[in-house]
Order: sequence, then structure tokens, then C-alpha cells
Amino acid sequence: MVVFKKPHALTDVPFHYCPGCTHGIVHRLVAEVIDELGIEGETVGIAPVGCSVFAYNYFNCDMIEAPHGRAPAVATGVKRANPDKTVFTYQGDGDLAAIGTAETVHVGTRGENITIIFINNAIYGMTGGQMAPTTLLGQVTTTTPYGRDKHIQGNPIRICEMLATLDGTAYAERVSVDCVKNVVAAKKAIKKAFEIQQKKLGLSIVEVLSSCPTNWGLTPEKALEWLRANMIEHYPLGVYKDVTKEAE
Amino acid sequence: MASILLAGFGGQGILFAGKQLVSAGMNAGKEVSWLPSYGPEMRGGTCNCSVNIEDDPVGSPLVTEPDILVAFNKPSYEKFYKSVKKGGRVFIDSSLIDSKCERTDITAEYIPATSLADISGFAKLANVVMLGYIIKKTGLFTKDYFVSCLKASAPKSKPELAELNLKAFEIGYSYDD
Amino acid sequence: MSKMLMKGNEAIAEAAIRAGCKLFFGYPITPQTELSEYMAKQMPKRGGLCLQAESEIAAINMVLGATASGARAITSSSSPGISLKSEGISYIAGSDLPCVIVNVQRGGPGLGGIQPAQSDYNQATKAPGHGDLHLIVLAPASVQEMASLTGLAFDLADQYRMPAMILADGALGQMMEPVDFEERTPRELPEKTWACCGHGNKREHNIINSLYIQPNVLEDIVKERFKRYEEVEKNEVMYEEYMCDDADIVIVAYGITARIAKSAVKEARAMGVKAGLFRCITLYPFPAKELEKLSHKVKRFVSVEMNMGQMVNDVKVATDCRVPVTHCGRTGGVIPTVKEITEEIMRLSAKKEG
Repeated sequence: MVVFKKPHALTDVPFHYCPGCTHGIVHRLVAEVIDELGIEGETVGIAPVGCSVFAYNYFNCDMIEAPHGRAPAVATGVKRANPDKTVFTYQGDGDLAAIGTAETVHVGTRGENITIIFINNAIYGMTGGQMAPTTLLGQVTTTTPYGRDKHIQGNPIRICEMLATLDGTAYAERVSVDCVKNVVAAKKAIKKAFEIQQKKLGLSIVEVLSSCPTNWGLTPEKALEWLRANMIEHYPLGVYKDVTKEAE
Repeated sequence: MASILLAGFGGQGILFAGKQLVSAGMNAGKEVSWLPSYGPEMRGGTCNCSVNIEDDPVGSPLVTEPDILVAFNKPSYEKFYKSVKKGGRVFIDSSLIDSKCERTDITAEYIPATSLADISGFAKLANVVMLGYIIKKTGLFTKDYFVSCLKASAPKSKPELAELNLKAFEIGYSYDD
Repeated sequence: MSKMLMKGNEAIAEAAIRAGCKLFFGYPITPQTELSEYMAKQMPKRGGLCLQAESEIAAINMVLGATASGARAITSSSSPGISLKSEGISYIAGSDLPCVIVNVQRGGPGLGGIQPAQSDYNQATKAPGHGDLHLIVLAPASVQEMASLTGLAFDLADQYRMPAMILADGALGQMMEPVDFEERTPRELPEKTWACCGHGNKREHNIINSLYIQPNVLEDIVKERFKRYEEVEKNEVMYEEYMCDDADIVIVAYGITARIAKSAVKEARAMGVKAGLFRCITLYPFPAKELEKLSHKVKRFVSVEMNMGQMVNDVKVATDCRVPVTHCGRTGGVIPTVKEITEEIMRLSAKKEG
């Protein structure tokens, strides 16, 4: 009996992620969905700039690495040139919700048939723990050493809620990978997002609340506890938009 | 053959008139260029266009010393009449420009193109009336040839436009000063 | 086929479609907007797509995505918009992707003006984006060349896997001239085996990226790219010489100023001055060898440009400063007149004798 098998859509290249980082889990979920849908040969992934920049080495489908924040625009180019291929971006919070905000919003307005996997861990990981657009109020980072102050650094941004207001967004769900139950739910959401793309219904996005033990300065276990205790309150889990439900 | 500067207000059909001249030149096998003024001033402000119809390849598309100036309003006339080449011509829409040309080294031609067009019910076609007069006075092209070009330039879906243009052209061509 | 009267901007668009380009991504800016408008009208009728992006940055990255997946793609803008595109241009060059970028230049810096200029010469030929890189830069001088060089730009980009730029200006973009879309003979081009369009379970996955963390790896890749640039420099130089054989004073120019300078050369000749014109058609690769040859015969060069003299140093370097190289031109959106250039030729000619 096979107990554990690496999905085919993942390469043999070992992940470079820190111990306890949840990128590995999300990569695996995306790869499992690609396997289950049998679309590896028909899929093009877009890697961001950030911790997951090397995603192009990990996924077995064709992969393109985009400039910082521009993955949705690159995905648009791929999709418009190849309308029948499945195109997904994999982006962090700085990439998607700060430098790439315009690109993110406008794939929503255009209803691009692409899927965005959005990793929200409330911090810049690759550059070493600076404030992200999703950093919580009071959260200490290297660029908010006294805690994020809304009068100085402004407020954290809720992406799913914002994109749900756009007519071209077909599906927006926020999930978390802090426990087994939530990981199962996250995979379901990712699969649904890909299916929505296959049905050409518009933009699908899954926001994944993730942990960053290294830059949060916590053990992997404590980090997941912190996520549960702090992030979910500000970023409630759930479906923010689902045109397939509306149609029913 | 000629470098021509057409100038007036936006909306007077300056660019269209220039294009008719260039198009006729091209079909006659001449080297031609057409360069409009562009940008915000096009919309309601002054508008001009440089036209070159030559035997040799056109150098500068920008006409700074025209052989022929076609002025559709007073500001344009005042701005450009001094730049006309010696021995050149200026065509003046006398219904909108009350000045008389003081230069004696160029020929001034006056035609109330706008009033003639208005009276005949072709309010928007003062430019084509002017073209008729220019062709008659300069002989740049034969009447028959230019009329055939003008006719061909109207979209096939709007044959009535071609008819109107030909009538307006005739008014200018037969204008007797 | 008979000639059509067309604006330069429209001629580029039509030529791109005829070159098999199905994807245009752009953002409105004067004086190139007719290009987008032509694409918007024509692409849907001809099986293509014209998409107005949310920004110049998005537009160039859409081009990146489209070309990375193997399609021919084009974007166009004018000077301030090209600055915004420079990030994407660098990534495209660093990812060895072909595409065509059109710059219908206007006066700068900053918002500058909207009238014709050539003040992005240095940007196009020296630093179109960060990093060690080149674009193929083609400088059309007529509406006809706006069309013919666009077709060529796509072929060159595909052949050498690098972006190519059409460096035009507001006058060329806005003016109408007759243009003949004669049947172009496309080059034989390598298959795009590197394209990311789904491996169909028939090959290993393709990766398109410009990130190399190990300095020695990145160095090797850059050096290899520069070997390709050497090929471009060896094979693809284009220029035109006019009355250079016996010339004392040779004007070096490109684009719209070259044709104005040609008229000035004729006028100077009529007044007994042996003037000539060397017109660069490719700005990268720069016709350095040809200018070097010429520098042994002539007494001086004058670089005529609509900027403050950005090409002067390139001519000096190419000719080893053998003879004087000076600048004559206007900037800020002013087109020099034939008279101004003729006067400069006459002044320099008199200086030589005095």
C-alpha cells in the first residue's frame, strides 16, 4: 500500500524553504490538484518574486518567472495567447497586495480566466521580515520595530473581500493551512478554483493564510498557534465569492 | 511641385483637405507627405497640416516655408503669411479673414469659401470649396483628375457624400473673383 | 499591390499584423495612440487580440507572458511610457525572449512635451533597462520603413531571441505617406522549443526565468548572451550612404532628421560644398565599422539629432576621434529645418577654409 507519494506535478528538486514554512504544503496541494485534474501537460504556472520565486523549479508544468508583482499581467499574456491552457500564478502578499496591486485588481476587472494562489503570511520573507501590506496592526517586523501603527503605516489589506467586489471575479476564498482540517479545506478550494478556470467563468483566487516561523521569530508550532490566534480574526476564513453558487 | 501649408481652426476640415491633395499626388505617382499638427490644440484650437507633393523623395515633412499657404482663419493667416516663399501664393478665406495681403512678392487669392458653402447649404464643406478654387488657380492637378480622386475618396457606403463634395468643389472651381 | 496612404503609426500596426503578430498590449499615450486604435479595430477582424492594459508596466508584462508562451507580441508607447516599460524590457532580455517594442518618441525628460523628439536615443541604445543587455534598435525614416522594419524586427527578435525596438518619433508616427506592404520574405527561423505553452506530457517542463543566484552562473549566461550580440553586430548592421564618396563633411543621422539632413546635403552641394549623409538604420547594432572606414576620407562629422547630441560620442568612439564630430540639432520637440542644417554645413565648411 502506498502511504505517501510525491505528486507527479512536483519535480524532484528539494524545497529551499525554512523549517516549518507552509509554502511546501501549499505547493503540494496545488500539485495534487494538477495531478487529479490530469492537466500537468496543459498548465503554465507563473512564479512571483519573493520566497516562492523558485517555484519554477518545483512544479513539473511549464513555468515562467515574472517580475515582482507582475505575475497576473504575465498570466494574462499567456492565457490570451493560449486560451485553452490552464494558467495559475503563485504569489506572496508583498508581490500581490503591494507592488502588484494594480495588476491584481485588473485581472479581476477583466475577469481573466486564471487562478491565483495567494500566500498571506503577513510579512516579507525573502528580504528578511519587513512589513507586508497584510502585516497586522501592532505586529512587529524589522520595518515596524514598534509594531504596525495605522497612523504611520496604514492598515492591513483584505484582498479576497476587495476582489469579491469586482464583476470579473468568479471565485474568491480564504483558507488556512494551520491544521489538518484546514489543509483539507484548502485543497478543496484550490481544486474548485482550477475547475472554475476550466469552465471559463472568470478570475479565481484562493488566499492561503500561512506561517513564517523564521521571520515571526517563533517555532513552527508556535507560529501556527499565532496564525490561529491573530490572523484568522482579521482575515476570516470563508468563501467571499462563488458565481457557481450564485447561479444555483 | 509644391509645399503647402493649410491652417485654420479644428473642425474646418483642414486635415481632410490636405489629405485630398496628398492622395491625388500619390495617385499621380508623385512623392508626397502629410503631417498634421497634433495634440490638445487640435480640439477647438488652431489646426494645421503640412503637405508636400514633389518629384523627388520628400525631405522634411514639416513645411516651414510654403509655396502655397491656405488660411482658414485670421490667427493662422497672421501667423504664417510672412513665411510663404517669394513668388508663392496665399489662399485666403475672405469670409473669415478681413485682412488684405500687404506682401507684393506673393500672390494673394481671396475666396469667401465659408459663406459660399453656407449659402449653398454645405456648411461643413468650405474646405472642399477652397480645394476647387486652389485647383483652378494653381493647376496642381487637372480638374477632371482631381474630381475623380475626390469621388473615389468618399466611402462606398456614403455615395451622397461624394455628390456633396463634387458640388462644393464646383462652387470653388467656378468662383469668379 | 498598390500603395496606400497611411500614418506611420498605422503602418507599424498593419505590418505587425502581416508579420503574424496576433497580440497587441498597450496603453494610450500621445503621439502613438493611432497604433493602438488601429490594432483595436483590426485585430478582432483578423483573428488577433488588442488589449488595453491598466498600465505600461502591465502591458509589457503581458507581452512577456505571451512571448514566453511562444506567440509573437508587440507593445507600443511613447517616451514616458517606455521608461515604465523598462523593468519588463530588462526581464524580457534577461529571459531571452523575443518581442517588438515601439517607441514613438516625444520630448523629455519628465512629462516633457508631445512633439517629435529623438531624446531617447541613449535609453534605447545604452540602458533600456537594468543589467548588461541590448535591444535591437531600428530607426525608420519614412512611413514605408515604419512598415518594412517592423516585419524585420519580428524576424530579428525571433532569430536572436531578444527584444527589438522600433525607435520612431511623433512626426513619423503622425505623418501620412504612401506605403507598399509588398510581400516580405520572412527569414527562416528556429522553432520555439523553449516556449511555455504546456508540455503536453511530451517533453520535460520548460522554465523561463531571469534569476541566477550564483554569480558565476549568471556571469556565464550574460557572456553567452553577449556572444549572440556579437553575431547581431556582425550580421545585422544596416545603413544608407548618400553622396559620401567624395564628401568633406558627412552628416550622421537617423530617423526623421536623416531625411531633413538629406535635403540640406543637396542644398550644400548646390552651393559647392562637398557634403554627404550617413544614415544609421540600425542604432544597435551601430554601424561603427562603416563610419570608421569613412573617417579616413572625410574632414568632419556632424551628428544631426533632435536631442542635445546623444549620438555624438558613439560616432567619436566608432571613428577613434580621427576627425572632429560635432552636434547640430534641436530638442524639446522642435524639428530642425533644412535651412538650419544647411547653414551649419556652410558654417563648418567656411571654418575649415578659414
